[in-house]
Amino acid sequence: MAHVKINGLRKDYGAFAAVRGIDLDIRDGELTVLVGPSGCGKSTLLRTIAGLEEASGGTIEIGGDVVNDVRPRDRDVAMVFQDYALYPHMSVARNIGFGLKARRMPKAEIDGRVDEAARMLGITQLLDRYPRQLSGGQRQRVAIGRAIVRNPRIFLFDEPLSNLDAQLRDEMRGEIKRLHQDLATTMIYVTHDQIEAMTLADRIVLMRDGLIEQQGAPLDLFERPASTFVAGFLGSPRMNFLPGHLVRTASSDAIRLGSSRMPLPAGRKLRDAADGQAVLLGLRPEHLTRAHGAAPQPGHVRHDATIELIQPTGSRSYATFSLAGTAVMAELQAHDVSRPGEHVQIDINMTRASVFDLQTERAL
Amino acid sequence: MSAIRSARRPKGRSLPIGRILLLGFFLVFVLLPLYWMFNTSIKPSDDYLAIPPVWFPAQPTLVHYEAALFAYRGLEGLINSLIISLAATILSALFGTLMAYSLARYNTGGQHLSFWVLSQRFLPPIGIVLPVFLIYRGIGLYDTHAGMIIAYTVFTLPVSVWMMFAYFRQMPKSMEEAALVDGCTRWQAFWSVAMPLAAPGIVAAAVFAFIACWTEFFFALVLTSRSAFTLPTVFRAFIGFQGAQYGEAAALAIVSLVPSIALGVLAQKHLVRGLTLGAVRG
Ligand SMILES: Nc1ncnc2c1ncn2[C@@H]1O[C@H](COP(=O)(O)OP(=O)(O)O)[C@@H](O)[C@H]1O
Ligand SMILES: [Mg+2]
Repeated sequence: MAHVKINGLRKDYGAFAAVRGIDLDIRDGELTVLVGPSGCGKSTLLRTIAGLEEASGGTIEIGGDVVNDVRPRDRDVAMVFQDYALYPHMSVARNIGFGLKARRMPKAEIDGRVDEAARMLGITQLLDRYPRQLSGGQRQRVAIGRAIVRNPRIFLFDEPLSNLDAQLRDEMRGEIKRLHQDLATTMIYVTHDQIEAMTLADRIVLMRDGLIEQQGAPLDLFERPASTFVAGFLGSPRMNFLPGHLVRTASSDAIRLGSSRMPLPAGRKLRDAADGQAVLLGLRPEHLTRAHGAAPQPGHVRHDATIELIQPTGSRSYATFSLAGTAVMAELQAHDVSRPGEHVQIDINMTRASVFDLQTERAL
Repeated sequence: MSAIRSARRPKGRSLPIGRILLLGFFLVFVLLPLYWMFNTSIKPSDDYLAIPPVWFPAQPTLVHYEAALFAYRGLEGLINSLIISLAATILSALFGTLMAYSLARYNTGGQHLSFWVLSQRFLPPIGIVLPVFLIYRGIGLYDTHAGMIIAYTVFTLPVSVWMMFAYFRQMPKSMEEAALVDGCTRWQAFWSVAMPLAAPGIVAAAVFAFIACWTEFFFALVLTSRSAFTLPTVFRAFIGFQGAQYGEAAALAIVSLVPSIALGVLAQKHLVRGLTLGAVRG
């Protein structure tokens, strides 16, 4: 158990900077998810924490000690790799016990710990097999077993579920979360999958081009994204972005989209924004609903729509229509719409809307 | 897979005769010279060039073997060759593996060192054998086992390094990295993870090195004389003033084939895997 503190961390590969100055404070026992699109430097950051890459600048502290010059084995971290990285020439039992053996733990104690880890993960019957005789999900469990058997200060996961099929992925995701609840050890988990990030994290660190774009609790990021990048990355289907202009009055603010005026709720005063400023209005699909009743609820704006495309998922139907010239997707109830070309009324929940500066793409 | 198989079947079925003929021709092409060598090694001298040729000697004899091994000192050459080739092979595989690992995993010497290693083979042997000869004379390595072992180790190292370099490079790094995080030193990760996984590649490189040493003639000719001479140099003696000793040459050739074939059979499995650089995923 340990907290991790990262200050101004950089990692250059020749002239290319993969990580460009990261400050991060990870509390003891927290499950932090590093998420971001492929190539944004998540793995590089994780590998630098593990000691597999040497930092080009900045410091890494684990449990209060600067570990920049400490070799991986002495950092007391365990890592689960994307391709599992099991040792193909060793049985499952030897794979799991390998790290303990390398640290010269007595054999009896190794066996005890391996058995216990195997029991926790339900792989006791696999101990004598070799990695090539295991399915993807079983290999994954062995890889996790190899990490937990060491009882390290920190767990590092690099996209551990990305090689599994969808169903197994959901199952293992739940197991990893349960594992974290049981062990209460600091975990840093890398993924490019926003669902994994949202469901697992105590805290999400969203990265972009080697920098942190925003960090915070999952719902904070989801509900108060700092930029269009964050807003677009989290949530599926993606947030709709509509270009418009800000209309400021003494009492309240509104967004003008073509001929429509979309008032923001009274309490929502935008900072540092000028009247007439070009903005992007961000509307999540789940905040557009089929109109019911004579008048919209407070804070909602009612709008006519002609449905162009319907994508039913069973529980929901994604309906695409045009709003002030921009194609917009709404997440409706399964039976709200039945065919393309249908004319309906949509209520837009402006209390949940985001507003971004069109130029800087930062939230207003 | 099944589509490929069924697409092939009609072709195979329609051509059995052609196929058998082709295979038969190929077999003769490969085996006839070997048979003729064996045949020559056991026939009396008068039958060497007889017309019509003698396919099955009426009175097979081992005199040529006896002469080649003892009178012409072939046995000594054989033993020298075994000692020198085996020692050089082990050293070459050892240093080659270590150097290749360092090049592949730690990028030692940047991009230039690895190419420089291979470029050593671009040098014609004649360009180095004379200075080596003079140096060996000066420091007492001329015509010694140690001298030949050193020469052959250096001579086979570039290819060993390159084969192993290619092998390590296609091996995923993550298993060694897992070992480092798990608790290994770099040396432990190399020894207990990288080495076992690289075994097929090491065996392939060693077989190549051994064959290169076993058949090498030029260095042996210049760097040895009466004591550390190797098997290939013995063959010089069979073409002399009083005509060629075909039987003795054939007998010694058969003897020199034995280790190569034995090695080939032993290493066949590893060799193919090593040469195709088959991935070793878990
Ligand atoms: N060993 C390396 N040498 C050069 N560039 C690298 C190396 N490793 C990663 N990179 C580059 O650094 C960037 C970040 O990589 P990575 O951390 O693996 O991204 P992510 O895990 O977020 O997908 C990528 O552009 C990648 O090409
Ligand atoms: Mg990655």
